[in-house]
Amino acid sequence: MGMDQTFKNKAFKMVGTRPERPDGFDKVTGRARYGADFNMPGQLVGRILRSPHAHARIKSIDTSKAEALQGVKAVLTAADLPDLSDGDSGLFNTLENCMARTVARYDGHAVAAVAAVDTRTAKEALKLIKVDYEVLPHVTEIEDAIKDTAPVVRENAKAEAGLPHNIGSTIEFGHGDPETGFKNADVVIERTFKTEQSHQGYIEPHACVGNVNADGTAELWVCTQGAFGYRQDCASLLGLDVSKLRVTSSEIGGGFGGKTHVWAEPIALALSRKAGRPVKLVLSREEVFRGTGPTSATKIDVKIGVTKDGRITAGYADCYYTSGPYPSVWAELGATTAFSCYDLEHVKTIGYEVVVNRPKTAAYRAPSAPMAAFAIESVLDELAEKIGMDPLELRIKNAAKEGTQSSYGPVYGPIGFGETLAAAKNHPHLKAPLGKNQGRGIACGYWFNIGGQTCTDLNIGVDGTVTLTIGTVDVGGSRASMSLVAAEELGIPYEQVRTVVADTSSLGHNDMTEGSRGTFSSSLTTIFAARNAIEILRERAALMLGIPVDDIVWEGGEARAKGDSHGNLPALSLKEIAKAAPKTGGPIAGHSEITADGAGASFGTHICDVEVDPETGSTRVVRYTVIQDAGKAVHPDYVEGQFQGGAVQGIGWALNEEYIYGEDGRLQNPGFLDYRIPVCSDLPMIDTHIVEVPNPNHPYGVRGVGETPIVPPLAAVANAVSHAIGVRMTHIPMSPPRIVAALEAAKAG
Amino acid sequence: MVEVKLWGALSASLGSDTGRVDIEAKTIGELLKKLVEEYPGVEPYMTRGISVSIDGVIYRDNWTKELPEGAEIYLLPRMAGG
Repeated sequence: MGMDQTFKNKAFKMVGTRPERPDGFDKVTGRARYGADFNMPGQLVGRILRSPHAHARIKSIDTSKAEALQGVKAVLTAADLPDLSDGDSGLFNTLENCMARTVARYDGHAVAAVAAVDTRTAKEALKLIKVDYEVLPHVTEIEDAIKDTAPVVRENAKAEAGLPHNIGSTIEFGHGDPETGFKNADVVIERTFKTEQSHQGYIEPHACVGNVNADGTAELWVCTQGAFGYRQDCASLLGLDVSKLRVTSSEIGGGFGGKTHVWAEPIALALSRKAGRPVKLVLSREEVFRGTGPTSATKIDVKIGVTKDGRITAGYADCYYTSGPYPSVWAELGATTAFSCYDLEHVKTIGYEVVVNRPKTAAYRAPSAPMAAFAIESVLDELAEKIGMDPLELRIKNAAKEGTQSSYGPVYGPIGFGETLAAAKNHPHLKAPLGKNQGRGIACGYWFNIGGQTCTDLNIGVDGTVTLTIGTVDVGGSRASMSLVAAEELGIPYEQVRTVVADTSSLGHNDMTEGSRGTFSSSLTTIFAARNAIEILRERAALMLGIPVDDIVWEGGEARAKGDSHGNLPALSLKEIAKAAPKTGGPIAGHSEITADGAGASFGTHICDVEVDPETGSTRVVRYTVIQDAGKAVHPDYVEGQFQGGAVQGIGWALNEEYIYGEDGRLQNPGFLDYRIPVCSDLPMIDTHIVEVPNPNHPYGVRGVGETPIVPPLAAVANAVSHAIGVRMTHIPMSPPRIVAALEAAKAG
Repeated sequence: MVEVKLWGALSASLGSDTGRVDIEAKTIGELLKKLVEEYPGVEPYMTRGISVSIDGVIYRDNWTKELPEGAEIYLLPRMAGG
């Protein structure tokens, strides 16, 4: 057994059940401690001054009056944050994004910060900081940014030959020859799709308390998706020793990728270092919108050809993704995932990373895939209509399966896409009648899923209860799921295991909780740690029974002597062995540290019904079903919760959510009143259907599930709206004004 | 000797017309090391991060992973997530 991670088709006792979540009571009663709930004696209040300009050179900053204000203990500018990046452009960009150095590159870019004895004094101090700006031309829209005449967003960036200066990088994937494929098509559709920038919309704003001690040790209490990643970034930016900075993660009120990047945390630590006292920094909702990372805005040009009998002959897409001022991987991920659901002989995608004067783009749940899926799945829907084929049948006919060469290169192993399509075909939702002004859309989606560095401890107490210490943050129920896995492996009740999330001084490194890796990776290390502990339990049992360890087997939570000669020996329970531990060799623990690989890809198929008011353009989702392959659902409640949450975020993005910039390059709607995310009363119950096609690279067959559910909704809702109103919608969000405009344009011919 | 398949932009920067190169390597770590030695143009891509797909299973950091004889090996940009 040991470290073998191949799938074993075992019967489960614990995995797959639905016990109560250990964090549930605290969360619904308000006792759970989030980022802003932590306080230290003598702590100061931190506040950040942000650029009111979309693009401006910082000629000078005069902090003298702020520093002189009574109650102000520290004022910070970029001058207090030396560049320690040593040629690491990624680290430099992070530093510059945390606090502008010579140029403010977007409305909301931090330019200075203060720490004061109270909020009023801190706010007053911000007003006393005088920044002399030279306002520069700005650009926020893709179409404008890729013109040769566009303002230069990154003054020192080198553009690729022949490309506009604001295209930070390009990437290309594919195989075959799309032009040949298009020649073989009976119908070819070519369209341009746009999606506006949206924010993850996590309910909990960024919050932390930073404390740097005189001896160089430091602590950070913070709401994050990865305490270890934050430790690494903060230590690198501030020149701290990694081992001297202890980062403790709080409960997390949503992250969805937005809390995989540092924003205000290095500032809190730097303020603390300067003031000599702890500093608490809590961002306002406006700051979250203006100063942290939304997803990309996109423009995607798609061309797809099909034969009359529904075989896709070729697919092509040019994918333009904004990345804020800092080029990253967003277009790359869009280009990678665009056609990943389908088995295509000829396919090509090109990604263009476009820099603009908007906040740094951050990861958002299956980053970049929803926008690409919107474009591809919309054209497939239209093609099906043109050739008179059921849109689900078109997808079934072209679905990727085991052995298919993916559009981005590798050949797929066992995947469950076909099973999700079959489940959709048989789902009652697809057969339900539609009412007046209603339309139905289906769409599919894919995400790779990843593994990564993971470390877990499993400690057995003298009473036989188990503490499992994990380093992936519990963003979606991993404490309950990991308790189930440990209980399964040890053969003990779920209630006998308590899972806690470690701080960075208590466990080895764990990568960010991102990419749907939490359950996949930490369940692997939990299984291995449990197996490690079982070996020790067997050794102790052998000592207690006075027989060789090879004669002991671990079954049903007990050590049993095997063989006829030991037939009269009693089985020893985990509790009995644990009780004797102080006299048989001391504590019993299991441990595992790995780089987890082999995360199984996850595919989903969504069905959406909407009703559109043709007069107002208002759209209501009346029924929605998510079908997705989970490999193995460890705790089905949480898997369904991920399906529902992803769908709801996608619905909000599809219908309402967008960053709106004025001519001046300033964000016009940095608040939940004007940036409207869906609430419960806006939505029907989201139906779910879990498909389980085991991941061959996990002992239980687990795949990640958190990302894929947000991939199909933009397209599923758009296809539904397009059918409801009889006009193809190509611009997300499909807000009422856009729907009314589309109807009027169609009427005008 | 293993055959390594490359994505479009990487293939161009390595001067490969076929989208593939042959490398004498037994592990992912060895593969990446020799790739840099033989094709210096790959360095910027290494800095950004590279994943290696072996028979469809994507490895991001495991340099000790062996490259089985006859396996399908793809270089990919480093995968991330939210």
